[in-house]
Amino acid sequence: MAKITYIQHDGTEHVHDGKTGLSVMEVAVKNNVPGIDADCGGACACATCHVYVDADWLGRTGDKSAMEESMLDFAEGVEPNSRLACQIKITDALDGLVVRLPESQH
Amino acid sequence: MTSPDAHVVIVGAGHAGGTLAALLRQYGHEGQVTLLGEEPIPPYQRPPLSKAWLKGEADAESLALKPLEFYAGARIDFRPSVRAVRIDRERKVLALSDGAELAWDILVLATGARPIRLPIPGADLDGVLELRTAADAEALKAALGPGRTMAVVGGGYIGLEAAASARALGADAIVLEREPRILARVAGEVLSGFFRTLHEGHGVRFLTGASVTGFRGDGGKVTGVELADGRVIDCDLALVGVGAVPNQELAQEAGLAVNRGVVVDLEARTSDPAIFAIGDVALRPMPIYGRDFRMESVPNALEQAKQAACAITGRPAPAGETPWQWSDQYDVKLQIAGYNFDSDQTLVRGDPASGRFAIFHLRGDQVQAVEAINAPPEFMMGRQLIGSRRPVDKQRLADPSVSMKEVAAA
Repeated sequence: MAKITYIQHDGTEHVHDGKTGLSVMEVAVKNNVPGIDADCGGACACATCHVYVDADWLGRTGDKSAMEESMLDFAEGVEPNSRLACQIKITDALDGLVVRLPESQH
Repeated sequence: MTSPDAHVVIVGAGHAGGTLAALLRQYGHEGQVTLLGEEPIPPYQRPPLSKAWLKGEADAESLALKPLEFYAGARIDFRPSVRAVRIDRERKVLALSDGAELAWDILVLATGARPIRLPIPGADLDGVLELRTAADAEALKAALGPGRTMAVVGGGYIGLEAAASARALGADAIVLEREPRILARVAGEVLSGFFRTLHEGHGVRFLTGASVTGFRGDGGKVTGVELADGRVIDCDLALVGVGAVPNQELAQEAGLAVNRGVVVDLEARTSDPAIFAIGDVALRPMPIYGRDFRMESVPNALEQAKQAACAITGRPAPAGETPWQWSDQYDVKLQIAGYNFDSDQTLVRGDPASGRFAIFHLRGDQVQAVEAINAPPEFMMGRQLIGSRRPVDKQRLADPSVSMKEVAAA
């Protein structure tokens, strides 16, 4: 279990408990967090769950696969800390994770 | 915009209906929201039913769009196992299968589509299956297993995905397709050929030009598929995936405009301004092609849920979208953007033998559609090019040494 904070582009915060094994995208969708559409349901096919991972957490959210890297390369507003939330699996080590949502997804 | 305390009744708790209910709350709708589902469970994702779920890589909890408790928490009255049987537009009342009547201010038809059932002998035998619902998927999973043989009637995406999953489960799969090639209705020849080779490499067998005339059974259980040429293909189960038809009867009987789908505008509104239709059941305009058509895809269900939610809550309409869809088979990710209407040229970028390539369908120098195999840049840029209608330099597009960003920038 890990507490995840989602911060919308307008600053609104949503804090939810994420079960180990779910993805950061799934926890957002199941809790109706605005701004994470996740059209493809986690198949890494759509780039509609783009998030910015807070710098403190970058080392703990794992590496990007070639597919994720490639999808992100063409998403809007990509930064070095951009990730697709469907590709970040929740572990106890992510308790307290903070992700910010891009403007284009709201 | 409708009154903020309007009662919105959504008929159909699939991907479109479930998403709309949640979006209405996200967008601040204060009035009552009722979500009626024919199935016993809350809205879930259907795509994994032929893929990850069938292979045992996803559980019921991960399929659910939202946990059951979400609905009560969001003041959404989710009612499972109930069907709408009649719309009374005068009184704004819906008659339900349990005998109850439900008054509505705004009605949304999200009734989806249903698999076409073949009107041939033996179609009602045990083991003749279809794949649309979670219950269908349970039955299919129970029938599959090592050493079993599944005959797939219809070489479309659902059948192919199920065949790939069957192979992963140690079952044999044979695909029977009436047309000369698989995916004949939904993909070009290059893609059809690629997928056939891919599946054959994983041990799936194919019979094309095979017209199925009946099912053979023993003791009420299917044992084979009969073909028009007299051959009988032995099997332990048969999965029929030959397309779907919209569940438009409710709308039709209520006198709404229908035309192989419930006719709606870009707000997802039907010919009655108080009634919307979204998802697989809706026949909707797609401005980039100057056409109206019906789409059976999750991205379309989500898009129309957004259109309706915006119209109901008085938000500006979402920006025009480029339709897309995807499929996973073995380690191949197929991403399709657009629909191949009116194209006059097909251009392959990359080498299909490499397992990473894209097929562009062009009309003049405009991209109409792209089918990208393990090729996200081609999908993502292709999708933007389809949406913008910008002309492309075909020579550069066909040259994989020119990056997609450079192609789009030219």
